[in-house]
Amino acid sequence: MSGFFILAILALAFLVVFQIAKASEYVSVLKGEEKTFRQNNRINAFLFIAFLVLGLVGVYWCNELFYDKTLLGKPSASDHGEKIDFMMWITLAITGFVFFLTQILLFWFSYKYQYTEKRKAFYYPHNNKLELLWTAVPAIFLTVLVGFGLYYWIGITKEAPKGSQLVEITGKQFNWMVRYPGKDGVLGRKNYRLTDASNGNALGVDWEDGSSHDDLEATEVHLVVNKPVKFVINAQDVIHDVGLPHFRMKMDAVPGIPTTIWFTPKYTTAEMKQITGNKDFVYEISCDQMCGSGHYSMRGVIIVETQEEHNAWLATMKPQYVTVMEGAKQAPAAPAADTTASKPMAQVTK
Amino acid sequence: MSEVIIHGQQAAAGSHDHSHGPHHEHHHHEESFISKYVFSQDHKMIARQFLITGMIWAIIGGLFSVLFRLQLGYPDQTFPFLEDIFGKWAQGGKISPDFYYALVTMHGTILVFFVLTAGLSGTFANLLIPLQIGARDMASPFLNMLSYWFFFGASIVMFASLFVQTGPASGGWTIYPPLSALGQASEGSKIGMDMWLVSMALFIVSSLLGGLNYISTILNMRTKGLSMTRLPLTIWALFFTAVLGVLSFPVLLSGAILLLFDRNLGTSFYLSDIVVKGEILPNEGGSAILFQHLFWFLGHPEVYIILLPAMGMVSEVMSVNARKPIFGYMAMIVSLFAICVLAFLVWAHHMFVTGLNPFLGAFFVLLTLLIAIPSAIKVFNWLTTLWRGNLRFTPAMLFSIGFVSLFISGGLTGIFLGNSTLDLHLHDTYFVVAHFHIVMGVASFFGMFAGVYHWFPKMYGRYLNNTMSYIHFWITLVGAYLIFWPMHYQGFAGMPRRYYDYSNWESFKQFVELNRFISTVAMIVFAAQLLLVFNFFYSIFKGRKVTSENPWGANTLEWTTPVNPGHGNWPGEIPEVHRWPYDYGKDGRDFIPQTEPVGEHESKH
Repeated sequence: MSGFFILAILALAFLVVFQIAKASEYVSVLKGEEKTFRQNNRINAFLFIAFLVLGLVGVYWCNELFYDKTLLGKPSASDHGEKIDFMMWITLAITGFVFFLTQILLFWFSYKYQYTEKRKAFYYPHNNKLELLWTAVPAIFLTVLVGFGLYYWIGITKEAPKGSQLVEITGKQFNWMVRYPGKDGVLGRKNYRLTDASNGNALGVDWEDGSSHDDLEATEVHLVVNKPVKFVINAQDVIHDVGLPHFRMKMDAVPGIPTTIWFTPKYTTAEMKQITGNKDFVYEISCDQMCGSGHYSMRGVIIVETQEEHNAWLATMKPQYVTVMEGAKQAPAAPAADTTASKPMAQVTK
Repeated sequence: MSEVIIHGQQAAAGSHDHSHGPHHEHHHHEESFISKYVFSQDHKMIARQFLITGMIWAIIGGLFSVLFRLQLGYPDQTFPFLEDIFGKWAQGGKISPDFYYALVTMHGTILVFFVLTAGLSGTFANLLIPLQIGARDMASPFLNMLSYWFFFGASIVMFASLFVQTGPASGGWTIYPPLSALGQASEGSKIGMDMWLVSMALFIVSSLLGGLNYISTILNMRTKGLSMTRLPLTIWALFFTAVLGVLSFPVLLSGAILLLFDRNLGTSFYLSDIVVKGEILPNEGGSAILFQHLFWFLGHPEVYIILLPAMGMVSEVMSVNARKPIFGYMAMIVSLFAICVLAFLVWAHHMFVTGLNPFLGAFFVLLTLLIAIPSAIKVFNWLTTLWRGNLRFTPAMLFSIGFVSLFISGGLTGIFLGNSTLDLHLHDTYFVVAHFHIVMGVASFFGMFAGVYHWFPKMYGRYLNNTMSYIHFWITLVGAYLIFWPMHYQGFAGMPRRYYDYSNWESFKQFVELNRFISTVAMIVFAAQLLLVFNFFYSIFKGRKVTSENPWGANTLEWTTPVNPGHGNWPGEIPEVHRWPYDYGKDGRDFIPQTEPVGEHESKH
């Protein structure tokens, strides 16, 4: 019923606008087109300057309303993120200046040079000096931006430092699976053809590879504060993306092509709760690449903790291999992995 | 409106030299309804066909955005009328996630391809190229007709896909495999995806037939005296648009065909190592990233295919209504050319976070940010065109000024996203949504509106209603900023795009009210667009009649044709051109049409 009313109101509004529009056309014929033209021109010129002023107020107001809801005013939780934030402020300053300059000129000119009978338009077809000026100045500023950008980009994308923590994260519709290399620091080999979630091998780990025997599997990511971490990122079905807004990082998870990122977390989850003043704060992994109907719910959690807390957590974990073998002992012996089919896939196990 | 106002009749004389008897139609032959309105080979009729088909698609695509904004703005409410209309897709009055993603995908597909590519450049390339270069029609009117009918076929297939059991494609308009390749992974990747690909193949054929025609027409069929450097900027822009399309669309076609193979013939171009819903697939050795390269090799030029015609029309409309030559004509052409070349060299900036080699990424950063230079040149040239002009705020002029404002706002945010370091943070957030909607979506629409308002008198021999046009403009400009400006802040919060519901996210749930506000404004702006639609169709039949050949006092050749030109455009000889198209306000004269010979005492520019 309310839908019907809304439609009726809309139709009525339309009718009113149409009648006014029609009437104004007749009036303009009566008044003389030239007079109407001048009147409309003045109104529109005024609206342009009003739009400029109200727009600038709106820009300020919008910032007041939403600035605190963004990450702009909050420290980045990773060292890379700090560089990215700095880069962001440089870019904001430069583009902000250009934005205000050009928008103000645009609407000010529109108002100032509105039609009057007195003025003749100034015949001014070209000026090479001016063209040179606004080719060169943007070029200089862009060089600065490209320079900073690439300097940081190379730093962020270079190899992870030695001794980094290694975490493998694998996306599938619609959740994240996490694997840690265990004591040997090496992730066991995988082969997607061995994937068998019902027998405890959701990741397709090749148990033949001894280095897989101490690997831990979990649903949450546990990181140690101030210790560099390298993510090895996989996907099983479609492309996902490990989005880490608080660390300002992001990397796609592509089936068949492992990707990596690394960074150093700076604050534990507990510290971030204080920094943000939000007792429910949690580092979230958002899937940032459209992956199907559950895309919006593909949420992962990262817990950044101190080394002691991390060790305590590790002590509670049992390697997945052990869990699987214990299960297999109770059940009739599971057939050994089909070795003919298991061409070892090149996996990042560095 | 200002038909007679500003400019005396002084210049009109020039265009009337070739005065002629009232009726000697050049191409006089009996036309049936079918050959005139349906399978027409007249470029002007084909332009109208493209425009009206594009408008229908725009309404559908716009309506889809209203529907998914309903979900985003009111995630916790139900709307029983939705179930009445959409049945299982909106059970209990709530849009289902599958339906939501189908709406998002089709909104993007429809607006990018069917409205802003076919509807915009299809319309104005067809209308303006022959008229502004002084040709009686396209190089091949027949291929031109086929171009429309392939587009129509593509439209039918795409439209039909909306009604299949499993729904239309729903993996985003970029249809990245494996999601789009595997029916198991998504409802929309079943038959709907095949139809998407077939439709797109037809669309590409249409675009190629059109593009080749535009290029050959512009190169070969210019009237006497009309050298390339005397072409209006609209034609230059449409020329580069056509070149971009001809060189890049075939790459998308190849990408789409390989995807069809992967889907239906068991090939592994894009597939490798996949376990989907517990099923282990045999495909090995393909690369999902390959598709992204193929897609964005078109996909990036595509945004310029959308934007360049708008730039061209804005330049023309702005010069006419500032009564002043466009500033830096040559610089405008060179910057168009630079954008056209760079458009091919930046596609991987959409792929910084796919695991692309960072060293390769560095080159794409450099090349991407280079585009800012020709863009800056254009903006400053438009500003200087307004400076010391005598501005007439026709509806077309309003939209042109609005275009420049939006192009600045959306262009500047491109500098963030093109820089890979910042893209790590902002990629696939609402910042991106804000960026491309402003710079490519709304700005191009503004260019298109400017074109429609400016050339409507040429298309239909009548005027649009001014009051409705003004209301349309102001609601759209204000609305566009109200919708997209706050989205930058959502992006700064890292809020991902293409989410159905944010309420379970600690990091993104703080924007409930803002989302509601944006949804409300989006509905108002959509309703305002219907004002244009209504104005358009009403004025075709009932609008005030155009009485003078040159209602805007413009220099270009289309205004030397009769008010309602027949097939062949000029009843007599095709006029000869003696000068560039931007002699406004020169030597104390309001305007000097291109057809007027250069006088002995005329000053040089």
